[in-house]
Amino acid sequence: MRIYLDHNAGAPLRAEAREAMLGFLGAPGNPSSAHREGARARAAVETARTEVAALIGARAADVAFTSGATEANNLALRGLVRPPAGLVTTAIEHASVLETARALAREGVRLAVVPVDDEGGVSASDVVAACAPGTALVTVGLVNGEVGSVAPVAAIAAGLHGTGARLHTDAAQAAGRMPIDVGVLGVDLLSLSAHKLGGPAGVGALWVRSGVALRAQMTGGPQERGRRAGTENVAGIVGFGEAARLARRELAVATVHAGRLVDRLWAGIQARIPGVVRNGPASPPRSPNTLNVSFPGCSGESLVVLLDLAGIAASAGSACAAGAVEPSHVLVAMGRDRETARSGLRLSVGPGTTEADVERVVAVLPELVAQVRRGAAA
Amino acid sequence: MRVVVAMSGGVDSAVAAARCVRAGHEVIGISLRLARDGAGSCCSLEDFHDARAVAERLGFPHYVFDFTDVFEREVVRPFVAEYLAGRTPNPCARCNEHVKFGLLWRRARELGATRLATGHYARIGVDPESGGAHLRTAADAAKDQTYFLFALTHADLERTLFPVGELTKAEVRSEARALGLPVAEKPDSMEVCFVPAGDAAGFVERQAASGALRPGLVVDEAGREIGRHGGVHRFTVGQRRGLGVAGGPRRYVKAIDAAAGTVTAVPAAALGASGLVAREVTWAAGHPPPHETPVAVRIRHRHAPVPARVAPVSAAEVRVRFEYPGPAVTPGQAAVFYRGDLVLGGGWIAEAIQ
Repeated sequence: MRIYLDHNAGAPLRAEAREAMLGFLGAPGNPSSAHREGARARAAVETARTEVAALIGARAADVAFTSGATEANNLALRGLVRPPAGLVTTAIEHASVLETARALAREGVRLAVVPVDDEGGVSASDVVAACAPGTALVTVGLVNGEVGSVAPVAAIAAGLHGTGARLHTDAAQAAGRMPIDVGVLGVDLLSLSAHKLGGPAGVGALWVRSGVALRAQMTGGPQERGRRAGTENVAGIVGFGEAARLARRELAVATVHAGRLVDRLWAGIQARIPGVVRNGPASPPRSPNTLNVSFPGCSGESLVVLLDLAGIAASAGSACAAGAVEPSHVLVAMGRDRETARSGLRLSVGPGTTEADVERVVAVLPELVAQVRRGAAA
Repeated sequence: MRVVVAMSGGVDSAVAAARCVRAGHEVIGISLRLARDGAGSCCSLEDFHDARAVAERLGFPHYVFDFTDVFEREVVRPFVAEYLAGRTPNPCARCNEHVKFGLLWRRARELGATRLATGHYARIGVDPESGGAHLRTAADAAKDQTYFLFALTHADLERTLFPVGELTKAEVRSEARALGLPVAEKPDSMEVCFVPAGDAAGFVERQAASGALRPGLVVDEAGREIGRHGGVHRFTVGQRRGLGVAGGPRRYVKAIDAAAGTVTAVPAAALGASGLVAREVTWAAGHPPPHETPVAVRIRHRHAPVPARVAPVSAAEVRVRFEYPGPAVTPGQAAVFYRGDLVLGGGWIAEAIQ
């Protein structure tokens, strides 16, 4: 039996979501069609929209489905920011935000990238101070997927009040890990991903506060209220809706479960592996399911391979298209040198992770770290 | 035993891996991401996918490691610096020494491997004197790659496997076909892997700091100006194209002086040198051979070794005198010494002896 501790890269599809999707795989039905098949598909999409909206305390009508959080982030940034307007973000955002922001900067957008502290913490006042007249959008991820830090999004929203800048948050790594309420957060836009919370890959959503005008990036149809053209991915959306329903219903249990497992992992690793350093917040608030550690003198790349051979799926740094591990830009932004940023190991748990899984990792990891260190020193 | 196989995505390393599997080793395939932009012929996603397809077919795990930092530091930057200094670099030898048998071997050790296998055409024999591992040329002389492997130490060789060194290229392809490997017909890569379209000069110009290029004069053997050029990095010894010299005999680059920005161009008859000085020399025996030892020396990858005598100046420097004067000597390239199929040692060409 393999042990899967890479939920932040992609969680396994929940059985209930899979079951719900099966009813829409193979059945015809374009939600925009007038016939019964179309009506059935439309009803399913709108039910899912209600579930996804409920997960974030929003109105269903303000949720637009996309092909994932990457598209949602692109839509938020490109849909709101045109040169010479300003854009503010942080150094630890997901590539779909940072790379898009840099692409916009090359087109003439004034970009400010706010640094973070050595725990991956974002300062609300630094973000607000980075805004200037003409700043159209501030985008700050709610939970960092690599180290689990939680950004003070509500405080940023308060600071932006009256400036005219819109606030977007990528909540892909927050959904299912902490309560999310768009009203409490005070944001204008929020991105979600289905496969980070047990739905299928290839589906996401962008919530847009009613009244915020967004330029569609995908054109050629009236779908999603004109915010995103293209026939809906009905089965995927149905799976997303079911995963969102489960995530909302199980949130309290899931966060306690995840927190207990991560505490046990950290305690076991700390007790048994000399020199270990935890990357990320030393204390809450932080995402309960994520443990990012560095073992100085131990390549994360080699460690991930040895774990994989031992039947344990984990990740190090950020993976490129080929699966190679580059130094994590998040750890570099937190002030680690490139070598240290290559020695990070990220373990992220999910609802299906058991105590036995965690005990097995705690039992296996010390010898693997020692082996890599011996190999490096020889 | 656990063996890491370095897999480029090509047919040679695929067959090397297959032979390791057949020998009963526990194989881990590793591909290296070396260049960030992938603009050259190496490190394309297709190569990684090909390597992974071979691993799937043969049933062993395969991973891609990010070696861009070490490749940039140990191979790309020295490559650019050598061209700017008027020499012609040999990046494959440096990559083998620092990247494949350097950091990759360290990674292999970290993974618990006791051997590193590659698809190089070379053999490892037993040194008749010391009893230790000794580099030998490949069975397929046309594919022999020992010119790029001379810097490997005894210790390197003792933990290295060259599973295709006894095969010809045709035999490698037929073995790949017999195994149903998807890369059996994949064309060979011939160029420096990180330089797009074989345009080294263009690559150097994009990488170099502004102001680092050395334009200057083209002069004849007497030092008289016969033309102008756009930078010493555009030339290699023996080159005829790009000199921009009109009229007179056909001329070839004989020498490059980066400090003065001067390229010396001579008629073919005046191109040859009588010997060379090599530095950073390593000897398989661990010490230099006696004065005037006869050897065969190879001074460029595609050239046949020529007879010569070596006169060690110090442990790491040697003067080499060709038995028959003639070859053009290219500073920056390797000089590798052979006796029969044994690699005696090698070093880096510092200058020609006229």
